[in-house]
Amino acid sequence: MTSADMTTAEPGVGTAAPRRVAPRKKRGNSIPVGIVGWIVGIVFFFPVLWMVLTSFKTEAQAYTNTPSLIFSPTLSQYKTVFSSGIWPYVANSAFATIVSTILVLLLATPCAFALSLRPVRKTRDVLFFFISTKMLPVVAAIIPIYIAARDLHMLDNIFTLVILYTAMNLPIAVWMMRSFFLEVPGELLEAAEMDGAPLRRTVTEVILPVVAPGLAATALICCIFAWNEFFFAVNLTATQAATVPVFLVGFISSEGLYFAQLAAAATVATLPVILAGWVAQRQLVRGLSFGAIK
Amino acid sequence: MTAIAPPVAAARPARARPDRRRQGWVRRAPLLPALVFTIIVTQLPFLLTLWYSLQSWSLVRPGSEHFVGFSNYADVFKDSQFRTTAVNTVIMTVGTVLIAMVIGVGLALVLDRKFLGRGVVRTLLITPFLVMPVAGALLWKTTMFDPTFGIVNFLLRPFGIGHFNWVGSFPLGSVMIEMIWQWTPFMMLLVLAGLQSQPKDILEAASTDGARPLQIFRELTLPHLRRYIELGIVLGAVYVVNEFDAVYMMTQGGPGISSANLPFYIYQRAFLGFQVGQAAAMGVVVVVATIIIATFALRLIFTSFSGTEQAA
Repeated sequence: MTSADMTTAEPGVGTAAPRRVAPRKKRGNSIPVGIVGWIVGIVFFFPVLWMVLTSFKTEAQAYTNTPSLIFSPTLSQYKTVFSSGIWPYVANSAFATIVSTILVLLLATPCAFALSLRPVRKTRDVLFFFISTKMLPVVAAIIPIYIAARDLHMLDNIFTLVILYTAMNLPIAVWMMRSFFLEVPGELLEAAEMDGAPLRRTVTEVILPVVAPGLAATALICCIFAWNEFFFAVNLTATQAATVPVFLVGFISSEGLYFAQLAAAATVATLPVILAGWVAQRQLVRGLSFGAIK
Repeated sequence: MTAIAPPVAAARPARARPDRRRQGWVRRAPLLPALVFTIIVTQLPFLLTLWYSLQSWSLVRPGSEHFVGFSNYADVFKDSQFRTTAVNTVIMTVGTVLIAMVIGVGLALVLDRKFLGRGVVRTLLITPFLVMPVAGALLWKTTMFDPTFGIVNFLLRPFGIGHFNWVGSFPLGSVMIEMIWQWTPFMMLLVLAGLQSQPKDILEAASTDGARPLQIFRELTLPHLRRYIELGIVLGAVYVVNEFDAVYMMTQGGPGISSANLPFYIYQRAFLGFQVGQAAAMGVVVVVATIIIATFALRLIFTSFSGTEQAA
């Protein structure tokens, strides 16, 4: 990765201590700052931690006036979740996520290439067109999409979600891939051109190795967004093509609001993305900021 | 002038043109599939929305559609609920983005300092952002905000707050707290990226010259961070203004429409009220407003970023 690793970055001096002790303080650990950091970190993480803890409780343990941190864990909530028919939903989510991500990469990579290394005229306008599609409120498009899907007999069809998720992630992927392409050193390209290498070989042997990590990061972000998407899924699917977020909503209305059960279902639904996101913290920002933040 | 150019001069470029044109299409070819796909899937629906907005059409009565001109728009502007939800949307977006940004700047300053377990803390802090929005909203509504068994009331019990119904009493505020929780990590990471791109030698020089930390922050760090903060605000607003999941899960826009935002209200009109024409007209109004705001904001932000890219 060309982007700087945050953990190894120099400690900031923006809040440097007074002059004389400054050099020493900079290198050492700051204990007060560390305490503040840990407290806020735990506060922000707490709802997630509590979700996981609650998922291992019995309902009786979950409904106590004084929340219990120590209890004998049970897997019975997970058994309920997995025996309530979650698997078709997981399969739908996985299918929509993986297929749409593959489509996004197939469309976005050549597109980003034509907007970076071999730029077409009006590159700027094309880039802004892509980003502008993300600005338009989805809710204004849902009615024609719903009617079109109904008339084409594509309601409750997983391919409808695949198409929409591809369109949803494509602008982010184009901008992100473009920012990765721009990092390909110009000398490398020139050298390949001087050797008279055909374009295809330049792409596969010079460019792709450099942007491969970027490609992986882009894929991961597209997966996260597709997996978490709810609005299209809830409006366009019913029983056949419903995804995990739809399962979560249906699970609550059919089982009633039981904290422990709900926590187990939420844990199953969120865990894949949390783990993926922890791996790709830096790239997440890059994707969300359309490549503006390296 | 150019229109009456001598024919001889025009003839020569004309011969070269097919070749150049082919060259142009070779360059354009890789970008066309993505462009065409995006135009069809994202722009076509908006054109249809425009068309539907001129119809009176109920989803449950087939064949009920007929052209009514701009009367849906007149209804939208007369609709006091539309105005309420528009105001809610602004409060929700501005409040969420600004509060998340203030906390995010604070956390970024903390994470920019070295301390024991910094990487772990950063990982903890980023987690809310990764939680599936539907699940996050559900967690806040139940395990956090539940009047009897929620953690928030448990923690506030020493302060004499008993079984307070947060979501019921402050629906908009409760939804916003959930959204701030989800969006603060994004702001934090953006600002952190800004802090770490700040040239260290200037800061050291200022500190050697005896500048106070607060002075350095105000006069060097904050101006440097400005672009990053602006970027965070614009992008955050773009995502937050479309928020649907949290409203749907936590309050269903209620009580009444007190916590409904425009996406939720339009959804209600279309899928629960079946008023396609009116919902479409609302959609068009929202799109126009978004375009006006976003065009200015985005050009500004991305020009400032790509400008420095070239300079670097």
